[in-house]
Order: sequence, then C-alpha cells, then structure tokens
Amino acid sequence: MYQYDKFDQSIVDARVEEFRDQVKRRLAGEITEDQFKPLRLMNGLYLQLHAYMLRVAIPYGTMDSRQMRMLAHIARKYDRDYGHFTTRQNIQYNWIKLDETPDLLAELATVEMHAIQTSGNCIRNISSDQYAGAAADEVADPRPWAELLRQWSTFHPEFSYLPRKFKIAVIAADEDRAAMRLHDIGIQLVKRDGVLGAKFFVGGGMGRTPMIAPEIRDFVPAEDLLSYTEACLRVYNRYGRRDNMYKARIKILVHELGAAEYKRQVEEEFIHVKTLGIDPPVAELDRISAFFAPPAFEAGLSDTVDRSDPDFAVWLDQNVKPHKQGGYAIVNISLKPIGGIPGDASSAQIDVMADLAERYSFDELRVTHAQNIVLPHVAKRDLYAVWQALDAAELASPNLDLISDIIACPGLDYCSLANARSIPVAQKIATRFASLERQRDLGELKLKISGCINACGHHHAGHIGILGVDKKGVENYQLTLGGSGAEDVSIGKITGPGFDEDGIVDAVEKAVEKYRELRADGERFVDTYRRVGMEPFKEAIYG
Amino acid sequence: MKLLTGNDLPSGDVIWWTGSGWSRRIGEAVDSGDAPEQIAIAEEAARRVNAPYVVDAQAGPSGPLPLHIKDRVRAAGPSVRTDLGINPSIPLVKG
Repeated sequence: MYQYDKFDQSIVDARVEEFRDQVKRRLAGEITEDQFKPLRLMNGLYLQLHAYMLRVAIPYGTMDSRQMRMLAHIARKYDRDYGHFTTRQNIQYNWIKLDETPDLLAELATVEMHAIQTSGNCIRNISSDQYAGAAADEVADPRPWAELLRQWSTFHPEFSYLPRKFKIAVIAADEDRAAMRLHDIGIQLVKRDGVLGAKFFVGGGMGRTPMIAPEIRDFVPAEDLLSYTEACLRVYNRYGRRDNMYKARIKILVHELGAAEYKRQVEEEFIHVKTLGIDPPVAELDRISAFFAPPAFEAGLSDTVDRSDPDFAVWLDQNVKPHKQGGYAIVNISLKPIGGIPGDASSAQIDVMADLAERYSFDELRVTHAQNIVLPHVAKRDLYAVWQALDAAELASPNLDLISDIIACPGLDYCSLANARSIPVAQKIATRFASLERQRDLGELKLKISGCINACGHHHAGHIGILGVDKKGVENYQLTLGGSGAEDVSIGKITGPGFDEDGIVDAVEKAVEKYRELRADGERFVDTYRRVGMEPFKEAIYG
Repeated sequence: MKLLTGNDLPSGDVIWWTGSGWSRRIGEAVDSGDAPEQIAIAEEAARRVNAPYVVDAQAGPSGPLPLHIKDRVRAAGPSVRTDLGINPSIPLVKG
C-alpha cells in the first residue's frame, strides 16, 4: 500500500482548509451558487436529486482496513449509515450536509483519503485490475504505475480544465478485468524481450457515443510511460472540442482525426515532451514500487480446502479465484444480494470487511468496477472462517459474474441526470433469477443497467445491457445484447423497441431462455449471441 | 399548478415553497403564482433556498403532486429506500 509522504499529506490538508473557507463564505452569502458550484465539484461534492452527494476517491480501488473503517465511520456520522461503491472503484455518500463536509474531509485526510478530482473536467481516479499483485497472469503489478499517474495527475495545472472529464485505467494482464479499452486512455503493461513497457489504447468510452479505444502504440518503454501519457493528453487538450460538451471527450477527437493521425500528432508531441524531463528517476520509481512489494506470504501452505459444507463449496467455486502464491486465494465479496441494491453496503458491513482484511488479507481490500469488494490475499486455510464471517454479515452471495451480479448506476432514485430508475429493475431481474442453480446453469452473464445515456452503469458493455430512457414522462427501458468490457471488448446492440419496468424483466428472461435453447457446449451467453446473431433473440423477445 | 422547489443550503434537503416559507413536506406546498422567478431570486439571495426552480404539478388527494416522475421521486425520496424519504407515500406514476 502506498503511504503519503509529507507533500501528499500537506496538499490534501491544505485543500481541506481551503474548502472549509469556501464553504464558510458560501454559507455566509459572500459567494453565489454559480461561483461555488465549480469549487465544490472540484472537491467531489455534487448536488443530487435529494441532497448533496460526496464521491470519495479510492485510488485504483485499493485500501487498507484503517481506510475502510473510516468509510464506515463517515457513513455513520455524516450520512445515513451506508455507502455506495461505484464503477470507478470509488464510494459515494448520498445524504451529505454542506456545512459538515469540511469536517468530513478533515477526517478522511487523517487516513490519506480525499474527494479531489472525483468530479470536473480533469483526470479522474486512476482505475486498475482489482486482482493486481495477486493474479498469476500479470506481467507486473500495475499499481505502482497507477500510483505514479495519480501523483502526476493530482492538481496537474495543465490538465485541470480539460475539454471534458478524463479516465485512465492501468492493467497488466491479457485478461481485462478493468474495462480498460472503454477508457479515455487504457494502458496495458506488457513485456517485450523481458523488458517492461506498455500498450496504449486511446479514445475509448461509453456514454452517448460508445467507442472502443484503438491501439495507438504497441510498446512504450516503461521509463517513458509518463511522457507518453502527457503527450496523449496534450494533443487532446489542444484540439479536443470545447464548443459542444457532447463531442468533447477524447474519443470524438481520435475518431474524427482517425487513430493514425492522432498517433502521428502524439508521437510528434512525445518527442518534445521527452525533452522536458518529466519521467521520474529510477530511485523515485523504486520508492513507489517498494510500497507495493508482495506481503510476507507463508511458504508451504496447503492448497487443500475442506468442501464438506455445501454452501461454502458453492461460494468457493463461484467467488474465490486462484492466487499467484501457493496456499492463497483471492476472495470476491459480492455486494449483490438478491433483491438488494447493487454496490450498497451498510457501515456495519463495511466494518466487517475491514476486520476481515486486517485479519486475513494482509490488511488490504480492493473495490472492483463491478461494484464488489475483493480480499486479495487470503490463505486457503482461512477461507472457511472468512466465509462464515461474510455469511453472518449477509455478504456471502455466491454470484460473482452470474446474472444477479448486476452493475447498476444509482439511476433516478438518486441521480439528477437520470431518466429512469435502474435499481428497481436490477432488483426485479435478480429476484426473477434468484435460483442459484438456474444462475449457475446460465454461467457467466454480465448484466449492466444505466438510468440514462451517460452510461454510468456500463450498459454498452453488458452481455445484456439495459438503458433507461424517458418516453413522454414515463420510464422506458431499451435492451442491448452482445456487449463486453473484458478482453473480448464489444459494444452491445439494441434489440428493438423498449419496454416498461416489468416488460424489460420478461424480455431479459426471453433472451436468456433463447440462449439456453441455442447454446453449444461451453458457450457463454455472449458467445452464443456472437455465433447466431441478433435475429433469433429478437424473434424470441418480440415474436 | 406550478410549485417552487429547491434545496436547503446547509443540509441540501429538498424543500418546497409554502407561500410564506419553505417546507420539507410537499403536502404543504402551494401554487407559486404568476411570478415564481421573483420569489426564487429573493429567497435565494436571502440564502433560504439553493438552486430553486419551478415544476409543473397537479392537485392530489393529499396535496400537490409533481407531473414528472423525476420530480415525484425527488419529492418522495428513493423508491428503493422508502425508510429514508420524507414523503415516501407519493405515487410515482401519474394518475
């Protein structure tokens, strides 16, 4: 885990006091809402449908138990006893009071956390693979590079007023667990002849114009990673459109220029940026990397796990993944109980997860873009004890990557931008498919729901996607099939006319049953869709 | 009818114009009359409301009801956490 140095801590502390003064002036009427709004947004504070909402950054989704306990404390003291984990690996609180926010931020700062750059047209929280440092398939730990980018992008004066928000993901394996190619910049660490470098994918994104980022460079030497990223940003900052917010994301620039021309301009800029000496010296890279050294794994632990408890065995098969270290495993904690609110956790549940991380996972937790939590380093001998504790806290739903493991944005229940509610649809679908036997028979099926075209619920990347729209003042839901945010990345296609809240649940079931009818051995839903195409599904849904 | 709504500045709570002040209960809201913009400007300047705006509404059995579902959810509270809403009994579907 990275630990703040005096510079990190001092800038965060200074920002808290600056915001305290801004809030004081706003409450005293010395500044108007128009003047205050950009200031509060720079500190992650939105005014949402019911109240102020605070988005707290969790850099690359990584936390220790002390930080996780602080999130529970914030929920209890400043909110209504729960928080909402997001697709950006962050947490949001829905009922924050403006006059209490400076004190809240001051408490967050005591555990090296903040809400800076979780809003606004700047570089947002760097996201990464939730299995970083634990997965056997990574060529390197991506977190030191994500941390380097965090430090570089924090208060970067040139990139604080970009044409639009900017999202970067860093992964280090061929299996993409972070929807990397649906980011403004996706960086995949790779090795060539034993030398570490990175593939750069630029111009991906969801929203109203979903695009898959094209590969811009197949190998950037690791020592140039920061300079190359800066060059990518500079070209965007210079030529990205500021006249039309719907065409302001980098994906539009890359699309309109063409990937080849964008790359040409980046390469030209890169030559210049390299003369500026912004890449860190080896000693600084080593300093950062040292914080992410593997924990002190015990050698020689057994890989055998007693599976005699059938409920535990199901959870083991579904939610526990292989670890690179013998005798250890990666535990996924589903925040998707049947009928629950995807991504929500009570303060008590957050505390339970913190306690388990401290006791069983070398004090580490991760937030996933699928709105779940990971204990990355659990000894297999401890899995049963961890499961029992999770089960007692209603955190042991064995549904990772199954149809009830739904990504859903807050939707119209909380969000002032939304056109339709997402959460009730997620709850109804999960309830319809509540049978675990049925879910497991269907296998991996990623269902994602957004309450508006901004696509915070990643519906474009769902094997089954649902988009809520406003149809003459009534909630209506479009269905898409065939998307993926993984290494087989694709954008889902709309099936046809939309449905009401109950109709969309029926339509999903019809699509799923058609898959069951058509699937070949070993095919996932998305594989069958890609093989047979849209028509059989359309016929089943509308026929 | 038209209702004037906004948020309480320090707490962020949704509030409704009652004719003489602001209430968290939409049942106490009244038609904001012919010049809601002037009320909004004066009340915002006095920091009694933040980000005020006008919504279309109709009379209901227990008081006014916004016409659009977004405003109804805003008045009611999250439909998935009725324990947290101030006016959770508001019907979300127009009737």
